[in-house]
Parts: sequence; C-alpha cells; structure tokens
Amino acid sequence: INHIMHNGGLYKRPFNEAFEETPMLVAVLTYVGYGVLTLFGYLRDFMRQWKIEKCQNAIEREEQKDFVPLYQDFENFYNRNLYMRIRDSWNRPICSVPGAKVDMMERVSHDYNWTFTYTGRVIKDVINMGSYNYLGFAQNSGTCQEAAAKVLSRYGAGVCSSRQEMGNLDIHEELEKLVARFLGVESAMAYGMGFATNSMNIPALVGKGCLILSDELNHASLVLGARLSGATIRIFKHNNMQSLEKLLKDAIVHGQPRTRRPWKKILILVEGIYSMEGSIVRLPEVIALKKKYKSYLYLDEAHSIGALGPNGRGVVDYFGLNPEDVDVMMGTFTKSFGAAGGYIGGKKELIDYLRTHSHSAVYATSMSPPVVEQIITSMKCIMGEDGTTIGRQCVQQLAENTRYFRRRLKEMGFIIYGNEDSPVVPLMLYMPAKIGAFGREMLKRNIGVVVVGFPATPIIESRARFCLSAAHTKEMLDTALKEINEVGDLLQLKYSRHRLVPLLDRPFDETTYEETED
Amino acid sequence: MDIKSMKNYIYWLYCQFELITCSYLMEPWEKVLFYSFNIIVLVMIAYTAYIFLFVRISMAFQFFLHLFGNEHENTVSVLK
Repeated sequence: INHIMHNGGLYKRPFNEAFEETPMLVAVLTYVGYGVLTLFGYLRDFMRQWKIEKCQNAIEREEQKDFVPLYQDFENFYNRNLYMRIRDSWNRPICSVPGAKVDMMERVSHDYNWTFTYTGRVIKDVINMGSYNYLGFAQNSGTCQEAAAKVLSRYGAGVCSSRQEMGNLDIHEELEKLVARFLGVESAMAYGMGFATNSMNIPALVGKGCLILSDELNHASLVLGARLSGATIRIFKHNNMQSLEKLLKDAIVHGQPRTRRPWKKILILVEGIYSMEGSIVRLPEVIALKKKYKSYLYLDEAHSIGALGPNGRGVVDYFGLNPEDVDVMMGTFTKSFGAAGGYIGGKKELIDYLRTHSHSAVYATSMSPPVVEQIITSMKCIMGEDGTTIGRQCVQQLAENTRYFRRRLKEMGFIIYGNEDSPVVPLMLYMPAKIGAFGREMLKRNIGVVVVGFPATPIIESRARFCLSAAHTKEMLDTALKEINEVGDLLQLKYSRHRLVPLLDRPFDETTYEETED
Repeated sequence: MDIKSMKNYIYWLYCQFELITCSYLMEPWEKVLFYSFNIIVLVMIAYTAYIFLFVRISMAFQFFLHLFGNEHENTVSVLK
C-alpha cells in the first residue's frame, strides 16, 4: 500500500487490520465444550422440573404455568446453565476511583454463583485493564478534580429540570462552544447519557421513507435508534466498502421497495472504533462513497474521541480528513474525558433543529454541573489551552502503550483482533471454560480484566478485552504482560499460527453477498 | 526431579482436559457423573478392541501356523 500513498491515494498512513481465522481444532473443541454444557444444562433443568433439585432461578407462578412460557427460549437456558457458572467474573464491585490501579471488594459464593457474600477484605491495587480510561482522566486529585469541586460548591449537584425548561446553565453553553471548537465543526450539543444520545437523536434525523445503512457490528444504541426511527435498515458487512457500495448502488437505482420512488435520505451509520473487535472504520473510503452517492454520514466516535489522532481529536484527525465532510459527528464523554454524557456536532442548522426536535434534549434531565466542569477541564487539557503539555503527553503515551502492548501480545502468540493503533485489544479465548478460568486466574494475580461471552459476541468467539490507558506506566504493562504470558501458558491460549489474513483491498465476491430486506 | 516434572506435566494435561470439556465449571457431583460416564465408555471401547483385535490376531496366527506346518502333507495329497 506504500506505492498508493506516494501516488496520492486515500490513505496517508498504512492501515493494518487483521482478524486471524479460528483454528479448526479450536472451533471443534469449543463446540464439544458447549455440547457437554448443554447436555448438563438439560439434565439440571430436568432435575429442577421434577423437584429433585431446588430451583433458584426465576420461574412462572403456579397460576401462570399454562400461559405462554416465559423462560424456555435459548437466552434463558444459556443464562441459567452457562452464564451462572462463570458469573463471578462480572459485576465485580470496585471501591476506589477506576484509574490505572483500582481496589476491589472480595466476594465468595457458597452455592456456585447463585448468591455472593462479601468477605470484608478489599483487594488493593489491582491493575485495571478494563476501564475505558484512555487518557487517564479518571482521577480523584489534580486540576480536573479541583475545578469540579469548585463548581460543585457553586452550582450543587443536580439541575432539577430538563434542558429545554430551566436546565440550561451557562456552563452548558460554554461546554458546547468548547466541543464545537475541539471537533472543528460549527456547533455542538451535549446530552446527559451517551446511549440516549444515539437512540434518541437518530429518530429525530430520519423517519419513514429514509434508508439507513448500518454496519454489521454496530452498538446496541445505534441499532435501537435506527429501529425506533421507522426507516428501512440495510446491513453491510463489517468495514467492507464493496458491500457498502453495492448497497448504495442498489438503493439509488431501485429506490424504495414497492413504489420505486427515490429515498428521502440515505444515512450511513458507522463507528470510529468498534469496541468488541478493536477495528477502526475505513473513513476515507466511506467519505469518498458518501460524496459519490450523495448520502449522509453519522459517525459514532464513542471510543475513538481523545484516543486516536496526533491531537487526540478522534478518527477524523487520525486519517487527516476534514471534519466538515462528516455530517453528524457523535461521541461520548464517558471514555476519554472521565465524565459521563454524549455530544453531537455538525452544522449550525442541524444542531438548532436537534435542540427542539430531539427527545433527549426535550425530556431528559440536563447534565450535572461538576460533570460538565470535568469535561471542560479535561478537554482544555487535551487541546493544550491550560498552558501545560499534559494533554499532548497523554495522547502520545497512549499511542506508545497501544503499539507496545499489541506488539508484545502478538509476539507471544495470542490471537489479537483489530487495528494496530486501536487502544481496545481483544484477545481470543474461544472455549467457555477458559472465559471463567481467565477472569479468575488474572484476578488471583492482581490484574482485573473484562471477559466477554455469548450475547455480546458470536457464540464461539468469546474474548478478553483489554482497554489501555495513558495512565498505565511501562512497568505496569510489563507486569500485566508477564502475567498474561503465564496464564496463556497455563490455559493454553496461544493459538496463533501467524497466518494473518491481510485486510487490504480484497475483491468482493458477488456470490457470497445476500441482500437483507427490512 | 524427573518424576516431579512428569507429575506436573500430567497434572497440566488433566487441567487442559478439564478446560476443554468444561468439567472445570461443573459441581463435584456433575464431575463424578461425567468422569464415570467417560471411563465406562473408554473401558467398553478398550474391551471391544481387545475382543475384536486379539481374537483376529490369534486366528490369523493359527492359520499361518497350520499352513506352514501341514505344507508337506498337502503336497502329498495333491500328488495322490
């Protein structure tokens, strides 16, 4: 791809993304494991039905036994029999600020994870590889905390109103101007909750008679917003530009399904970094397609704002593109800014329209003042406007940490998905027993990781997801890598055969594509 | 020293078996059930293999012995 760079191609830097294929033996053994667990699940369900064993999960009442059954679908079966066995790796209570190291409350279960009791001990200084603390702003001391404390003593904690009625404080206006300047757009609007930003604003932008083209692996908030809007939804393969182009061509040529009228609007929904795969969207190609076929682009930068790009301004900055090319730039303050909430940025007419027509703006409570001040202080720090170079150092430290961590893990022989530059690192586990074993073994060695299984990922592709942070020092990363190496040898997780399928421009196969109707 | 590393290796192999067949996640009585089922199936396979293979091998052995042992008698009968 280097020669394309020199001759003025779309990408100014190499785009290295890889998803190594599942080894056949590992896939077969994973199915064997799931088969054994399913058989035992049926046995346990039988015993519960015939009262041989005490039933501890939710069942219908006696009067409702003849109604439509509530708990017989696969989700509930999985919940009762598989998820309960490994439940202790999730919902772990922490009792300190989720920085680079965190304190966790220890809990034990005496009846195989149906109930938990606290032993009273606190596990101190667990290396935190699970929090979305990309730039290290989750702190309880420092300039952000002092500014937030001052604002708390001035405004209090609650606003007691929605944004439209009496909840529009001057710091909200200041925040929105700052966000617009940070992103390089004309205007921006901030909301109290990142999920609600997506699910409540997409219905305000599109409606019936519009077409939404959404990526296969989009987040639940985008899917919910798209379904709530009532528009026609078509799915293209993950990060596959040929699939997207075919859908766009079909949409323009054939129009709406029955009447053949042209679509009112075509909206492409993509994310900056996909949090389960660690892949980065091919933004230059998406923008080129958008301009060619005259459609609109909605970019969800939940994980990439602050984490990518030389100035920390997200995926648009990473590729060196013009922010005005993206019609709606959405993001959240939860990940890199250490606060909570979401924003939408774009042209002034768009944001003014959203102020009156979005459900989240009209009905949701406005953001709490200390949280707003945390965002303002951290954003000024990243931009360098507070006079120090801390922000720039954090961005560079995160990029270094990402490269180092990914390189070391690949050298050790694990299967790692995603792009070289994304701070989200998924490590493949595949087998269900290893999900529980990995979480427990890492906690024994004082490292807290997030493991992900079935409903969030395909059933055989379970993974452990590491989120790197600028607050991690090299010593912490080295300790973590050493422990991951040990646990990898203990559990035999080093599946990689170093046969990477390079994701450069592969020709698209006509025969494998299926068009999904709405 | 060698015995210790051998024992560790066998324990590690047992752990891998537990992880792959998910008996790591089972309660003790489920493990007993699963292991006894596996052992019974393995014993039956071993017994069937023993019956099938060894009887055939001993029959083939006898056949060849008979053939080589009675060779001069057979030639005499043909000539007759």
